[in-house]
Amino acid sequence: MIIRSVILQSATRLLVPLLVLLSVAALLRGHNAPGGGFVGGLIAAAAVVLQAYSCGSPSARRLLVLDPRTYLGIGLLVAIISGLWAPLLHGQPVFTGVWGTFAVPAVGELKIGTPVTFDIGVYLTVLGVVASMALELLED
Amino acid sequence: MSLLLAAPILIPLTAAVLCVLAWRHRTLQRGISIAGAAGLLASAVALFQQVSASGPVASQMGNWPAPFGITLVADTLACIMLLINGFLAVCIVLFSLGGIGQRREAGGYHALVHGMLAAVSGAFVTGDIFNLYVWFEVMLMASFVLMTLGGQRGQLEGATKYVTLSLISSMLFLSGVGVLYAVTGTLNMADLAVKFAAVENSALAVSLGLLFFVSFGIKAAVFPMFFWLPASYQTPPPVIAALFAGLLSKVGIYAIIRTFTLIFSHEPQMVYTIMLAVSGLTMVIGVFGAAVQTEIRRILAFHSVSQIGYMLMGLAVTGAAVADGLPGGSVAAGASASASTSAVNAAIPEFAVMALAGTVLFLVHHAIVKTNLFLVGGIVLKLRGTTVLARLGDLYLTRPWLAVLFMVTAMSLAGVPVATGFWAKLVLVRAGLAGGEWIIVAAALGTGVLTLYSMTKIWSEAFWKVTPDAADLAAAGQHPTDEAIDAADIGPRGVPIMMTVVAVMAVATVALGVLAGPCYRVAERAARELLEPQAYIRAVLGPTAGRPASASEPAPAAASAGGVPSQR
Repeated sequence: MIIRSVILQSATRLLVPLLVLLSVAALLRGHNAPGGGFVGGLIAAAAVVLQAYSCGSPSARRLLVLDPRTYLGIGLLVAIISGLWAPLLHGQPVFTGVWGTFAVPAVGELKIGTPVTFDIGVYLTVLGVVASMALELLED
Repeated sequence: MSLLLAAPILIPLTAAVLCVLAWRHRTLQRGISIAGAAGLLASAVALFQQVSASGPVASQMGNWPAPFGITLVADTLACIMLLINGFLAVCIVLFSLGGIGQRREAGGYHALVHGMLAAVSGAFVTGDIFNLYVWFEVMLMASFVLMTLGGQRGQLEGATKYVTLSLISSMLFLSGVGVLYAVTGTLNMADLAVKFAAVENSALAVSLGLLFFVSFGIKAAVFPMFFWLPASYQTPPPVIAALFAGLLSKVGIYAIIRTFTLIFSHEPQMVYTIMLAVSGLTMVIGVFGAAVQTEIRRILAFHSVSQIGYMLMGLAVTGAAVADGLPGGSVAAGASASASTSAVNAAIPEFAVMALAGTVLFLVHHAIVKTNLFLVGGIVLKLRGTTVLARLGDLYLTRPWLAVLFMVTAMSLAGVPVATGFWAKLVLVRAGLAGGEWIIVAAALGTGVLTLYSMTKIWSEAFWKVTPDAADLAAAGQHPTDEAIDAADIGPRGVPIMMTVVAVMAVATVALGVLAGPCYRVAERAARELLEPQAYIRAVLGPTAGRPASASEPAPAAASAGGVPSQR
C-alpha cells in the first residue's frame, strides 16, 4: 500500500534522515537521560515505516540495506556479547558494566562501556523486529 | 560460577540468534540447533555437579548486590529441572529433524524452540520473582508462535484459548508481585523468604498465596483451569506438543513449588486442603477426560492434566504436614521463622520430605514419559497421516519396535514396576499414607488404573486391530484431515532418527527406574533443601542472612554487599 502524495513524499525525503539522527541521539543520551536503545530503535523503525508508506516497501527495504531479521539477529548477538564481556575478559558476573576510554583523533576521549553496546544491541533488535513486522503487514 | 549459572540461558539464546541469522540455510540451522541443545545439556550437567558438591550457588547479575539486583541461583531442584530441560532439548531437536516438516522448519522453528528453552532455563535459575514473570512472558511469546507455526485454522483456535488464559494468569501473577512488593519492599525471592515470614497479617498471606497458586495453576493446567491444555495441545505438530507437555506445565509446577516452599512457607492448613482437593480433582477429571477421547494426542493431553495432579499432591501433603507442625498455624509464623534451624527440623516429619521428593521424582518421570508418548504419536502421524484411533491399526504388524517402545513408555506412565512411574507413584502413595491423606491416595491409585485403561485403548486400537477398510471408514463418518502435518511430509522418510530418539527416551525411563535408589537420594536432597531453605537464602544474601536479626531493614543489604565478592 502506497499513499501517493507529493507532499508526503517530499516531507519523507527530509524527515527520514532527521528521524534516523534523532534515533541515534535518543540512543546515546539514554545512558543517563530519558531515551535509550528501545526508544531509539522505535524512532528508527518509524523512519522505515514512513518510507514504506510514502514510497513503497521495496524502497524501505533498500533503505535498510540488510534484511530486517538480520538486524534482529545482530542486535541480540551484540547484546549477548556485551553481557559476556565481563565474565569472559574480567572474571566478573555476567552483565557487569565494563568501561574503557579510547583516544579518538580530532574528537578527544571516547568513553565506551558494555552498557552502551548493550543498548546498541537493543536498538538494532527493536529496529529489526518492528521493521520486519511492519513491512510484512504492508506487503500482505 | 557466574558464567556457569548464566550458561543454561545464554547458550540456547545464542543458538536462537544464530538460527535467525542463518534464516535461509536450513542445514546450518539444524547444526546450530543440535549444538545449542547439546551445549544446554552439558551446562546443566556441569551445574548439577557443582551444586551436588557445594550446595546452592548464586551469582549477582551485573554485580549489583543481592536484594537490589537480579540474582541467578541454582539449588538441587533447579539443577534437576535444568537437566530435564537439556535432555528434552536434545531429544526434541533430534526428533524434529524428521518430525516437524519442511514448511514449519523454514518458518523459524529452530530459533523459536531455542528461544523457549532459554526462557524455561531462565525461569528455573532466577532468584527474583519479577524476573520470573519476565521469563514467563518470554516463554509465552515463544510458545504462542510455536503453537501457531504453520498457520492452520485449528492451530489458531487452540492458540487463542492458550494465549487468553495465559494472559489472565500473567495478570494475576503481576498483581501478586505488586502486592508482595508493597508488603515487603523486595522482589528477591530469598529476601522475600526472610521478610514475608515476618508479615503478621495472615489473611494477606493466605490471599497472596492463593493468588499465586491460581496464577501458576493456570500455567500448570490444574483443575478447574485446565481446559486450555487439551484444546491447544492437539493442534500443533506432535513434536511441539511434546515440548510443551514436557516442559511448559513443569514450569508452572516448579513455580508453585518454589514459591510455596520459599515465600509462602507458613500458610495455614486451609491452603493445603484446597491444594489437596485441587490435586485430587485434577487427577480424576483429567483421567476421565482421557477415557472418552478417541484421538491419540487428545488422550495424551488429558493425561497430561491428570499427571499434574500427582505433582501437586506431593507438595500438598508436605505442606499440610508442615502446617500441622506449626503451633497455631500462621499466627505463629513469625515466631517459627525466627526459631533456630534445629527447631525447624523437628517440625518437619520424615514423610513430608518423602512427599516432596516424590513430587520431584514425578516431575522427572513425567517429563520423559509424556514427551516420549507424544513423540510416538508424532511417528504414527508421520507414517499414517492421522492419529484418530478409528482410522489406525496394524502398527504392531508393520512397526513392531514402535509398538514395543510405546508399550514400555505407556506402562511407565501407568505405574507398572521397574520404570520411573512406579517409583514416583510408590513414594507419593507411601508419603500420603504416612500423612493419613486417605482420599488423595485412593484418587492416585484409581487414576493409575484408569491410565492403564487409556493406554491399552491406544494399544488395541492403533497397534493391534486390523486397519479398517476405506468402506468401513466412510460408513463410520468423515474425519477432518489432520492439519498438523503437510501431505508432502507423510511417509517413512526420517523415521529412523525419530525411532532412535523414542528408543533413547524409553531406555531412559527404564534406566532411571532401575537406578531408583540413587535417583531417590537426589530427589530427597532437593526436597530437604526446599524445606530448609537456609542454605539457599545464605547463597543469595550472604553468609549472615537468615538469622533472626536479619529481619531488620539494613542487615541483609550490608551482609550481601560483603558477601558478593566471595561468591564469584
